[in-house]
Parts: sequence; C-alpha cells; structure tokens
Amino acid sequence: MDVPYWLLAIIAFGVINFMLISASVLVYAERKVSGYMQNRPGPNRVGPGGFLQPFADVFKLMFKEDIAPRSASSFVHSLAPAVMVVIAMTVPAMIPFARGVVIVDNGVTVLIILALTSVSVYGVTMAGWSSNSKFSLLGGLRSSAQMISYELSMGLAVVSVVLLAGSLSVVEIVEDQARGGAILGWNVFRNPLGALIFVITAFAETNRAPFDLPEAEQELVGGYHTEYSGMKFGMFFLAEYVNWFVASFVIATLFFGGYLLPFEPQILAAYPGLDGSVLLGLLQALTLLLKVSFFAFLFIWVRWTLPRFKYNQLMTIGWKVLLPTALVNVLLIALVVVLFMG
Amino acid sequence: MDPNSGYLTTTVDAVVNWARSNSLMPMPMGLACCAIEMMAFAGPKYDVARFGSEAMRFSPRQADLMIVAGWCSYKMAHAIRRVWDQMADPKWCIAMGACASSGGMHRCYGVVQGIDNFLPVDVYIPGCPPRPDAVIHALMDIQEKIRNQYSIKQDYAFGPQRASPKDTAPLMVTSSGIQQAEPDVLRDHSVEQP
Repeated sequence: MDVPYWLLAIIAFGVINFMLISASVLVYAERKVSGYMQNRPGPNRVGPGGFLQPFADVFKLMFKEDIAPRSASSFVHSLAPAVMVVIAMTVPAMIPFARGVVIVDNGVTVLIILALTSVSVYGVTMAGWSSNSKFSLLGGLRSSAQMISYELSMGLAVVSVVLLAGSLSVVEIVEDQARGGAILGWNVFRNPLGALIFVITAFAETNRAPFDLPEAEQELVGGYHTEYSGMKFGMFFLAEYVNWFVASFVIATLFFGGYLLPFEPQILAAYPGLDGSVLLGLLQALTLLLKVSFFAFLFIWVRWTLPRFKYNQLMTIGWKVLLPTALVNVLLIALVVVLFMG
Repeated sequence: MDPNSGYLTTTVDAVVNWARSNSLMPMPMGLACCAIEMMAFAGPKYDVARFGSEAMRFSPRQADLMIVAGWCSYKMAHAIRRVWDQMADPKWCIAMGACASSGGMHRCYGVVQGIDNFLPVDVYIPGCPPRPDAVIHALMDIQEKIRNQYSIKQDYAFGPQRASPKDTAPLMVTSSGIQQAEPDVLRDHSVEQP
C-alpha cells in the first residue's frame, strides 16, 4: 500500500473522533426529529436550540453511580459494553470516505464488515447473560435469535453485490458502481431487491424499531441493558448510535454509490481539472455524508411510522419472506452475471 | 486567596450540576389517575422534552427522578421502596398529587398517608390530580435544587449564593403581579449564612 502509516493514523484518529461527535449529533437529531414528528419542539433549553443536550446526558452518566448486581458475573458484565463500543468503532475503518481515503483496504473488507457485525451479537448476549436478571437474559436471547436470523439474509444481499462487482473489497465495489453513466450504475438500480433486503436487515441488525425487540420497554423493562447504570449504560447507548450511523454508511456505500457524486462522469468531462484534485475528494466526502444523513433520517422516520413486530412475525419475516427472496435474488444475479456480463 | 472561596470545587460543581439538572431521566411510577396527567406531561402539548427529560427509563438503574403519581397502598409501598433502592445515586423524588403527598382523600387503613413515610421526597405537588404544567413546575424546582447543590459541605454553608438562570426561574404570583422568583426563594434556609 502506498499510503504512509502516519497518514493512516491521522485519518483513523479523525474517523474515531468523527464517529464520537456524530453519535452526539445523532442523539440530538433523534430527539429533535422525534419531537417535530409528534408536533412538539423537542429539547430547546440546553445550549442554542438544545444542541448541548447529548453532552449534558453524557456528563450526567459519567457522574452517576455505577451499579453491578451482586449476583452478576462482574468481569463479563464490564466487558460487554466495551465489546459493543469497540466493534461499533471498528467498522468505519473499512468505509471509503472519498477516492483513496480509506483506512483498511486489504481486498476482503466486505467479509470483515460481515464478521464484525456478527461479533457484535456477543456484546448483547454477554450483557444479557452476565447481569443475572430475567429481563436482561430474555433481551439477550431475543437479540441473538434475531441477529442470527437476519444475518443470513443480510449476507445473501451482500453476496449479490459481491457477484456484481466481482470483488470482496469495498473500494472496488464502490468503483464498480461508477460504470453505467450517471447514477444507473449504483447497485440500488442494478440490484433493487438486494438493496431492499439489505436495508430491512440493517434495521434488524442495529436493533432499531420496528425490530427493537431486544430492548422492548413495554415487555422487558430495558432489555439486555436493564441492569446497567452510569457510563456502562452510556457505552451501550453510544454503541447503538454509532451502529446506526455505521449501518447508514454501509447502506450508502454498498448500494447507493458510496462516495460517488451523482453524474460524476459528466462533471469530470465538463471540468477535466477536477480529476484527482482535493476539491473532488471534498465533494465526494460531502456526497457520502449527504447520503448517510438521509439514511440516518430514514431510521428515525421508520421508528415513528411502524409499530414493533411481534416475535412470531419477526421470525416469519426473517425465515419465510426475506431468506427465500434473498436466495432467489442471488440466483438471478448470478445467472445475469454468467450469461450477460461474463 | 481566601481559603473559603473553594474555587475549584465550585467550578466542577457548576459543570456537574448543569449536566444533572438538564438530563433528569424520570422513572414513571404511575399508580393511579395522576399517571394519566403524567403522560400528558410527556406528550406533545406540555412536552417535557424541552427540559431534556423525555427519556423515561423504565429500568430503575438508569433513572434519576422518581415521579410517584397516585395513591400508594401499604402493599405497593414495599415495591416502590425497592425500586427506589435500586436507583443509582444521585436521585430525586417527586410526590405527585394529594394522595402521594399526604394520603389525600383516601383516609383509610390500606393507603399510606403520604409517601414521605418511606421515601425522601424532594418536591410535593398539590392537586387532585395536578395539571401537567404543575408537574413541569415541580421538575423545574428540582432543577433549581440541583443547581444549588454543593459537593462539599463547607461550600454549602459559606460558599457564594448561586444565581438561578433567568429562563428557568419559576414564575410566582405576588401582590404586584406575576414575576420571576428570586434565586434565593428555593434555598434551604435552615443553614445559617455567615
């Protein structure tokens, strides 16, 4: 790799801080957008327009008592939130933010993203098991069942993308979407069924509504983090919001052209000096951020639109609807690749 | 420098109190009809989210503020006390309505005559049931109380009196009309000022 390590370190530092800040912005955005959707103003007392609300929350959680139940397995009880945050913060390393601006590109980054999302089940399951509380355990069990069921469909949706691009590298998948003119090369147009399945399973993987059964407040008090207080609870909170943001990044990257500008070939033909310049990189990063903001908004939108699924409905959708559809989709894409693109 | 000025601790206090007072997560302990008014207090018309308190935590571990809404039987008192003990410090309590404050009209063998028999109550709200704006007023009183907290006893007794932020000072009806309360009005006057 021709990028020097010190530059990579700087980018990695920037990305981690960006994720931390964006988590607070997302907390604010969710509370504010939820407020507007319910015709109320939302937080507006702390800082300008209530913007410092998430910071007040974080400071309060830091100075709150940390309780571990006496019967809890103390090591695992402390390990679980750390696992969640570390995994949530690792995935952005595989996301290209502009052409050439990516921390890891070793050719199998798609596999690494899938593996990391699978490992994040362990954080939830450990939290549920180690608390030694029935609500936590039920939340953890539901979470592991849900995430394993939906991971299959998610993997198959990703396989269809990999087949189209002929590569397991996220960077090459993005570059592959540059073919086909303006925006028609994006995978959402070449592979709409796969995009739909991936978006649905991304909601399930991040435990967001309507798939928020692991922390269903009406049934399970707080789900897997019922017994967590103080900053350990804050870390679950942080991991949840970073996961949500990262899921938006992955959706935008795999299916909506990633950092590619709409009409990029035409723009480059009109302004040849732009190719390879810093300005193009900034425009690409801005484009990615706009796409990601839309999907982050979609998560809130769906949360206040759809009620939560029942457990049997969740399993029915996962195994009887999404999985067969994803299988057929992979078969169709494979046939198209063999017959027409070979 | 004056050893009693307590410069560092007051500064840390200011940050911590700011954070705590602006993100009180309520633990809704809805026992009776007051709970319906408590729902309105979180709903669109009265919107407690403005004060950063819309995140109702149903797990006592994550809650800061217990709102006991409604009359409390002797049987329920044990459960409430247990939930209170499970809450992580620092924590505050609001007794909402006449029944929670004093037993109200339930002057009978089965009802606890005021939850302060077994809970340290910070703010009592009169009313049967109180309007949601009265609950918001109680929340603002708690915020006021938190802003005047000191982590060191010496500061509490001899430290400078903190002015309350203007927009959160409660409105009071006085002989000269409605005006904002003085910062001193909610202070604990049992401690002598030097």
